[in-house]
Amino acid sequence: MIHLSKVNKSYGTVKVLIDCSLTVKKGEVVVICGPSGSGKSTLIKTLNALEPVQSGEISVNGVVVNDAATNLSELRSQVGMVFQHFELFPHLSVLDNLRLAQIQVLGRDHTEATQRAQSLLSRVGLQAHAHKFPTQLSGGQQQRVAIARALAMDPVVMLFDEPTSALDPEMVGEVLDVMVQLAQEGMTMMCVTHEMGFARRVAHRVIFMDGGCILEDCSSAEFFGDVTQRTPRAQEFLSKVLAH
Amino acid sequence: MAWDWQFFCNSTITTEATASCFGKGGDITYLQWMLSAWGWTVSVAALALVIALLSGVAIGVLRTLASRWKLVAMMWVELFRNIPLLVQVFIWYHVVPAFIPALQALSSFLLASIALGLFTSARIAEQVRSGIQALPRGQSQAASALGLSLVQSYRYVILPQSLRIILPALTSEVMNVVKNSSVAFAVSVTELTLFAMQAQEETARGMEIYLAVTMLYVITALTLNRIMAWIESMTQLPGVIGVKA
Amino acid sequence: MTFDFTFFSGSLLQTYVLHGFLFSLQLTVLATCGGIVLGTVLALMRLSQRALFHWPATVYVNGMRSIPLVMVLLWFFLLMPFLLGRSIGAEVSAVITFIAFEAAFFCEIIRSGIQSIPKGQTSAAIALGLSQQQTLRWIVLPQALRNMTPILLTQVIILFQDTSLVYAIGAYDMLKGFEIAGKNSGRPVEAYLAAALIYFLICFSLSQLVRHLQQRTSFTK
Repeated sequence: MIHLSKVNKSYGTVKVLIDCSLTVKKGEVVVICGPSGSGKSTLIKTLNALEPVQSGEISVNGVVVNDAATNLSELRSQVGMVFQHFELFPHLSVLDNLRLAQIQVLGRDHTEATQRAQSLLSRVGLQAHAHKFPTQLSGGQQQRVAIARALAMDPVVMLFDEPTSALDPEMVGEVLDVMVQLAQEGMTMMCVTHEMGFARRVAHRVIFMDGGCILEDCSSAEFFGDVTQRTPRAQEFLSKVLAH
Repeated sequence: MAWDWQFFCNSTITTEATASCFGKGGDITYLQWMLSAWGWTVSVAALALVIALLSGVAIGVLRTLASRWKLVAMMWVELFRNIPLLVQVFIWYHVVPAFIPALQALSSFLLASIALGLFTSARIAEQVRSGIQALPRGQSQAASALGLSLVQSYRYVILPQSLRIILPALTSEVMNVVKNSSVAFAVSVTELTLFAMQAQEETARGMEIYLAVTMLYVITALTLNRIMAWIESMTQLPGVIGVKA
Repeated sequence: MTFDFTFFSGSLLQTYVLHGFLFSLQLTVLATCGGIVLGTVLALMRLSQRALFHWPATVYVNGMRSIPLVMVLLWFFLLMPFLLGRSIGAEVSAVITFIAFEAAFFCEIIRSGIQSIPKGQTSAAIALGLSQQQTLRWIVLPQALRNMTPILLTQVIILFQDTSLVYAIGAYDMLKGFEIAGKNSGRPVEAYLAAALIYFLICFSLSQLVRHLQQRTSFTK
């Protein structure tokens, strides 16, 4: 489903991604973790061409992402993304947030888009808030709407960039519940997250990054189970993160 | 210094008082002249505003795109910002028609409005640019991530928010356009300032005329201010800080 | 349409334009100095709690900012002879008008500059025993003026452009100089183009200077 092969990216002279390669199969849930500045967010943003790369090959669902000829609009409608700061459109109601891209990109008509939007809002438990505006919702509610907005496009893969990092601790649970449900329904997911509990529960594989390189890429059982087999940097990270 | 407001009812041709303060036939009173001049002021301002908004938003957007159009837009802004408005009016009136003969057919009203419109468009472009840059990067990323094209992103996500952000600055630009319309006197557009100059010469009643004209400018500016405030209240987003939900 | 480049020769410019340019320069300098002084006074009056100071200043500033500059020029030109008892030339009237007019704009800039100084600064000064006046003189105003320098300079550039409006009362400024040069040489097209070019070069260079200044001061912040 997703293939990265020797992807390199730099901002000027600073290298942010160094020879990154990985593969994600359909239906897999992959968690990417690591210290800040390790390139995790940048990595997943290369998958829908939000970040350009200098070299390497990236393909999603058979489409080569960094090819100049690729129809980015079509690609992006198949790749759902959820951002750390939700990024709902504040000037549109919740319902309009979900409908906009369905109508403009997928060409669905108003009725169909509304039906889809409302069924997704029910799925995330927010149907009562359809006509509210984002600033009237709590952080957790906004993030759930953001997930629904991405799902409204019927994507084949969902990317999550630290979806719970900007939330009050009390609201993290409601968002993780939605993500767990998605995973259990068989969605292919890549999540950049610090939530190790979520990773242990639902992730099939864990990728650990540091300084732009992928240092670990193994099953989640191996990552959390046999810690001594992991690289020193990963062990150091785990010991600090899991201590809480 | 004695006040005499009666002269407003005098005919401009015979300088005699007319019964109803409005002349008949081809004759007009000073009051009528002033009201017609007010109409011209509003017309110049309105046409200039339309030109300024359309081109200003376009140029402002161009300044935020990463392409060679950015340079063109920057040159546009610097050109119209660094030459005094009066000089620009003279250029459109004296210079441009000499190079483009087709424009010689245009009235001084149109030429003055174009000059004012383009002068203001540079200022509006800068405000639009700062409004767009005030949005968090995440908004355009979220729009792209959903598959919206660049045009769609600007139309549905970026501009609706940016224009709301800069409404206060746009309001003061609208009021500036009304004030700046006075420059049209220099190419004999029969607006309020030209009326003030000519009527004062004819009747020697400068105080009364200037007061009346000043009042009309203030009324026009205040009315536009209220209209902009109404637009601002109509486009306010519920739940935004500082705004009634 | 034939273009005559000889217009741009030195003699025409020297005869007609130089005189006007010097006046435009003089007007800009006098209006800036006078305007900033009067503007500071107005700003302090607007910020004062006493109605006696606050309301007249507010009315004055709002009034000046809502009337076209050309009308203000006409007003002063009409009223000056009455107030001073004798008639004065358009140039002198222009100087007085500009000081009075621009003071309103400088006032708003300085006022927002003063209000942007954190309250903590005033508190610290008062805690040291400084009086309100001393705090203003030594702590608040110096910082406000320094912070506002780029915006004040931008206003000066706008002021310089506005000096062309003295055309309305027939004063002899740089624009008038070009106009007369154009009429006398029978080449108005070249004259107005030259005027636009000179104004552009001066204003563009000054605005680049301001941008450079802004970048330098933002590093030291």
